[in-house]
Amino acid sequence: MPAVQETIDQVKAIDVDQYKYGFVTDIESEKGAKGLSEETVRFLSAKKNEPEWMTEWRLDALRRFQQMDEPNWARVSYPKIDLDDLYYWAAPKSVEGPKSLDEVDPELLATYEKLGIPLREQEILAGVEPKNRVAVDAVFDSVSVVTTFKDELRKAGVIFCSISEALREHPDLVKKYLGSVVPVTDNYYATLNSAVFSDGSFVYVPEGVRCPMELSTYFRINEQNTGQFERTLIIADKGAYVSYLEGCTAPQRDENQLHAAVVELVALDDAEIKYSTVQNWFPGDKNGKGGIYNFVTKRGDCRGKNSKISWTQVETGSAITWKYPSCILRGDNSRGEFYSIAVSNGYQQVDSGTKMIHLGKNTSSRIISKGISAGKSSNTYRGLVSAHRKATNARNFTQCDSLLIGQDCGAHTVPYIESKNSTAQFEHEATTSKISDDQMFYCLQRGMNEEEAVALIVNGFVKDVIQQLPMEFAVESQKLISISLEGSVG
Amino acid sequence: MLEIKNLHARIAEDETEILRGIDLTVKPGEVHAIMGPNGSGKSTLSYILAGKEDYEVTEGEILFNGENMLDMEPDERAAAGLFLAFQYPIEIPGVATMEFLKTAMNAQRKARGEDALSIPDFMKRVKEAAAHLNVSMDMLKRPLNVGFSGGEKKRAEILQMSLLEPKLCVLDETDSGLDIDALRVVSDGVNKLRSPNRAMIVITHYQRLLDHIVPDVVHVLSKGKIVKTGDKDLALELEKNGYADFIDAAA
Repeated sequence: MPAVQETIDQVKAIDVDQYKYGFVTDIESEKGAKGLSEETVRFLSAKKNEPEWMTEWRLDALRRFQQMDEPNWARVSYPKIDLDDLYYWAAPKSVEGPKSLDEVDPELLATYEKLGIPLREQEILAGVEPKNRVAVDAVFDSVSVVTTFKDELRKAGVIFCSISEALREHPDLVKKYLGSVVPVTDNYYATLNSAVFSDGSFVYVPEGVRCPMELSTYFRINEQNTGQFERTLIIADKGAYVSYLEGCTAPQRDENQLHAAVVELVALDDAEIKYSTVQNWFPGDKNGKGGIYNFVTKRGDCRGKNSKISWTQVETGSAITWKYPSCILRGDNSRGEFYSIAVSNGYQQVDSGTKMIHLGKNTSSRIISKGISAGKSSNTYRGLVSAHRKATNARNFTQCDSLLIGQDCGAHTVPYIESKNSTAQFEHEATTSKISDDQMFYCLQRGMNEEEAVALIVNGFVKDVIQQLPMEFAVESQKLISISLEGSVG
Repeated sequence: MLEIKNLHARIAEDETEILRGIDLTVKPGEVHAIMGPNGSGKSTLSYILAGKEDYEVTEGEILFNGENMLDMEPDERAAAGLFLAFQYPIEIPGVATMEFLKTAMNAQRKARGEDALSIPDFMKRVKEAAAHLNVSMDMLKRPLNVGFSGGEKKRAEILQMSLLEPKLCVLDETDSGLDIDALRVVSDGVNKLRSPNRAMIVITHYQRLLDHIVPDVVHVLSKGKIVKTGDKDLALELEKNGYADFIDAAA
């Protein structure tokens, strides 16, 4: 269909080893001191004019972090990251507090344009239906510089702003929910993030409100040697609904970049949150040099009864992906979903999956994971499904499919299933397949070239998950998947 | 249209010789049947025409409309007008038959420097061709060949053949796995595609297919060589006496 054709055109347009988004924007940055210390944290917190309790919260996290060891259970290997060689603060200099798009550095806007972000207001004014609009909270390095659609969201009562702003404008909400899903000491990377998180998005959808548009944040790691520590907090109050899109690209470079984000979702009674990610950070070059290290903690808490949280992710980038978007099904009748496509090529290493923790009665969850490995990459699905003693009638269905392209890649499935309640019903299905020579020959005989054939077969493989994505993300995802598998055959 | 000269070929992996000097000339508008016992090299010939990697041509040449076909990749041969209806059509999970048809048609059009089909134009063509072959809309929405019955698979092959409008059709045991009714539908579909500009090579074990698709020329293949060529009556003779005479002749 059209998306497939577009995919093919995209693949054709790209030179081998030419990472599409591999450019560095020349914007002067303001940096803090290198290294991780109490001083760094205080500097960072002061720079952001944070209240005293926040500074203390960070310092507490730092002290805990200093007692922790890096985990080594994931099926990934990489040289040790020197945390003292990183900057923990960088902000584009020219954009302190712009009031509108006019005040934004044109070069920054040009960068977004290269990335195809529909940020400029004239495009919106040009007649796009309001209900189809996508609000973009643009994150450039560490500081949110532009937030559009604020007025319309405000009319609906939705708060969508940077975490920094939320700390100033809505401190009670932040204080109440920050760290309530992912505790400060949850894991090594989350604790690091708690100490030094730079910025991120904050969303609050009040009781009974259906957020009028899909909310979207684009990330971009731009400043050399800057670890980026995003912090996202989304709260859907009783009966509220919100769909949130996250898409990422990063410029090409040799040094590895650390990214350790934390995303927390809270759904109260009858609320629903849908969180979609397209992740396309630099995966490293053809020799496995460079690339982003992506250590992310994402967790949703179905805190209220009848609440629902759904994660959908398309992971094509990063040298290392360590990521397990999870759901705590606390409220009775709550539901968690995880739909994932993880593509690895070259020397990429992916260790990703989910956790579905059933605590309440009649809770249900669904996991559909599609892993595609090519080149010399390694792709691991790691998941936990557990039912607590009180989780009567818990239900889970898990399907893990792996597709291998070529001879030198690996696919692994590591499911953990724990049930402490005899009424729980958990199902697990797993398949591993290869694009067979016969399938390739059949497609070639019908006139497709090798890239077209792989794109078609792979798109068929991931179809179940692509269907879960919002329309514009679905198209972009098919493109990304094909670009990522460029050169994997023949 | 097609000229095969002294073609020798073997399995690439273990160097087993399969074809031992085949000469065959097919002109536009002609339908040639190739018959022969199991293991005579019929399917190998079809795979070599289509360019499957598992085989190695050690001697001889294949000219397709004057071009050296052995220099062409499988997709180039397809775009040049060669179609192989597979004996065992391959499953493509998750890819709707309709989507596969469109991708294939547009890939060939692109290779020939033509514009992609518009959606209405594509739909019109598919609906027309599908109606002739008793292919339902529901079947077009299902993933290609996944869970298809034997008859559905063969009809899907002929549907692709009619939409791709090839110059040379190679049908590899299209009658296998078909009951009488399905055989008639498939044969009618093939006969509709007979035209003065199009040639066909029909590979089969059995005479019964040739009652429906009446060939101009019949060849008997044995041990990698064509041992006898005749008209359609040769097929009837084979049906009566079996292959024994020819196998002995080749030995």
